[in-house]
Amino acid sequence: MEDFNSETDSDYTSYWRDWFVSSRGNEYFCEIDEDYLTDRFNLTGLNTEVPYYQYALDLVTDVFDLDADDDLREQIEKSARHLYGLVHARYIVTTRGLAKMLEKYKKSDFGKCPRVMCDGHALLPLGESDLPNASTVKLYCPKCEDIYNPKSSRHSSIDGAYFGTSFHSILFQVYPALNPEKSSRRYEPRIYGFKVHAAAALARYQDNQREDLKWRLAEVDINHRFIEDSESDDDAFEYDEDYVEGHVEQVKNDKLFGDAASLA
Amino acid sequence: MSSSEGAPESWISSFCSLMGHEFFAEVSEDFIEDDFNLTGLQSQVPMYKEALEMILDVEPEDDEEEEEEEEEEDEDDALGGEPAYRRAGDRRHARVASDLSVIESSAELLYGLIHQRYITSRPGIQQMLEKYEMQHFGTCPRVNCNGCKVLPVGRSDTPGHETVKLFCPGCMDIYTPPNSRFHSVDGAFFGTTFGCLFFMTFPDLDIGPRLDAALSSISPRNAATQSRTGSLTRTPAGRQARSPTPENQPLEINGVRTPNLCPGLGKGKIYDPKIYGFKVSEVSRVGPRMKWLRMKPKNVVELDEAWNHEHGMSPQEARDDKEGDTEMNPEQSQDAAIANRKKAPMRRRRPNLGALVPTDPMDVHGR
Repeated sequence: MEDFNSETDSDYTSYWRDWFVSSRGNEYFCEIDEDYLTDRFNLTGLNTEVPYYQYALDLVTDVFDLDADDDLREQIEKSARHLYGLVHARYIVTTRGLAKMLEKYKKSDFGKCPRVMCDGHALLPLGESDLPNASTVKLYCPKCEDIYNPKSSRHSSIDGAYFGTSFHSILFQVYPALNPEKSSRRYEPRIYGFKVHAAAALARYQDNQREDLKWRLAEVDINHRFIEDSESDDDAFEYDEDYVEGHVEQVKNDKLFGDAASLA
Repeated sequence: MSSSEGAPESWISSFCSLMGHEFFAEVSEDFIEDDFNLTGLQSQVPMYKEALEMILDVEPEDDEEEEEEEEEEDEDDALGGEPAYRRAGDRRHARVASDLSVIESSAELLYGLIHQRYITSRPGIQQMLEKYEMQHFGTCPRVNCNGCKVLPVGRSDTPGHETVKLFCPGCMDIYTPPNSRFHSVDGAFFGTTFGCLFFMTFPDLDIGPRLDAALSSISPRNAATQSRTGSLTRTPAGRQARSPTPENQPLEINGVRTPNLCPGLGKGKIYDPKIYGFKVSEVSRVGPRMKWLRMKPKNVVELDEAWNHEHGMSPQEARDDKEGDTEMNPEQSQDAAIANRKKAPMRRRRPNLGALVPTDPMDVHGR
């Protein structure tokens, strides 16, 4: 941040937004279009949220020229980052913003899912709240549909509100084809090769819940399948007879787990 | 001589202090010296004898020490890296460089395999407990696990298959270590057994949410944000997790203390995607389809399959018959009622579904 001050003082041609998105720790942000920033409608309500709003906006749009002392400058600088973040949350759910974030997602700029069974699927940033200062940014894995903490501490201090709660859901609503196939593969704890009862019983419960989900979906004519049950179409309905035992599914999972372990 | 010179660092402790080897416990020499503990390893490790000697810092020929030191010098340069290994290697008798590096890697492999056995033994698991409590293995990256402490595990007991993973007892899942230096540590050196055996050995460990205090200080949530973010806020969710469960919960379920059964799973711990505050319907084309993975019954008795079977809870027909059945004693029937209420609607539809769904879903709804 310090070097930025000196930099802009001497060099007005470098764009603030350029600098911001390329600086370390801001890898999750995409660059907001100038057009979007200058349209007042997009900034509705932010003037009460951001101190030194006008100066901050000037700084972000590179029209800032105020002879301010260092203290004030620093505050304006802070406001500018806050403002950028808040506009960012709005921008990334627009068509252009989505496209930009999609590019970053495809490059795994937001990191990869730490869950072993997700095979390093790309993540998306999200906030747990749309209000600033409520919680830090989290990462959503579209494969296991769970949220994780960023592994790097430089990302764990970013405000989650700069990405918002809705962004990742909207992304997949807009690009449904990109929604990854879900997997029913899971980790099975074992002791000397024997499954552990508590974990196995819970797994059976969860498998039942998954079957319930499939049936709920089937009722509305959605034939959802997980990667693992990609045999013939009839199969999904047939093995419901064995549902109570849950063994068919179990055995299938066992095999997969075993394969994964021995092949890799 | 060996002790006076090797006292500051044995091979084992220098191995364990290497970068990326932070997860390893120091196997006691007694354990290694007991041949019984090494059964079968001879066939798995090349140059077994030499490797074992290296691990134990045994020096067959003491008097050659001085000259070796000099020879080792150039080897250091030639091989580069792993200075700590070399230090241990220094004390070995003169060998060609390639030979030494073979023994070195054999020693590593052998140590790893012994380590796999050691950490399931009584002293070993105790040592790992200390490391666990000091959070040497890190915490679960999953947000709803609240920084539950994890354990290193392997997905295979045979070396060379997969690197070490982290097992979280809060969600019964495994994760890749965040730091890339662990991405070259073999998972077999920890083994598949250790993770679960550890928590069965110490059933009274409190594995519940840990970061509550720390997190709230990092991100202070006022009352307003808490009410807005609802179940996603950490602190209330952590507390709620136990309170709203039915009262007559058993102390233990399937051999695990109830509060220790996946505290990171179940209601309030499942991520609920929302768009502008509205939940995304599971019927949506891209709606949530993975919630089952993080589910846990509110009433853990549902997981007691033997009990359920005895009381006719599990088989489908019995479940249908059970509707309104109140012949059980009061507390059992309460359990059953709770379980039934949760499952009954689904089960009732089930038998006809296969035939009906493709043709006439309305019939199902009309029932």
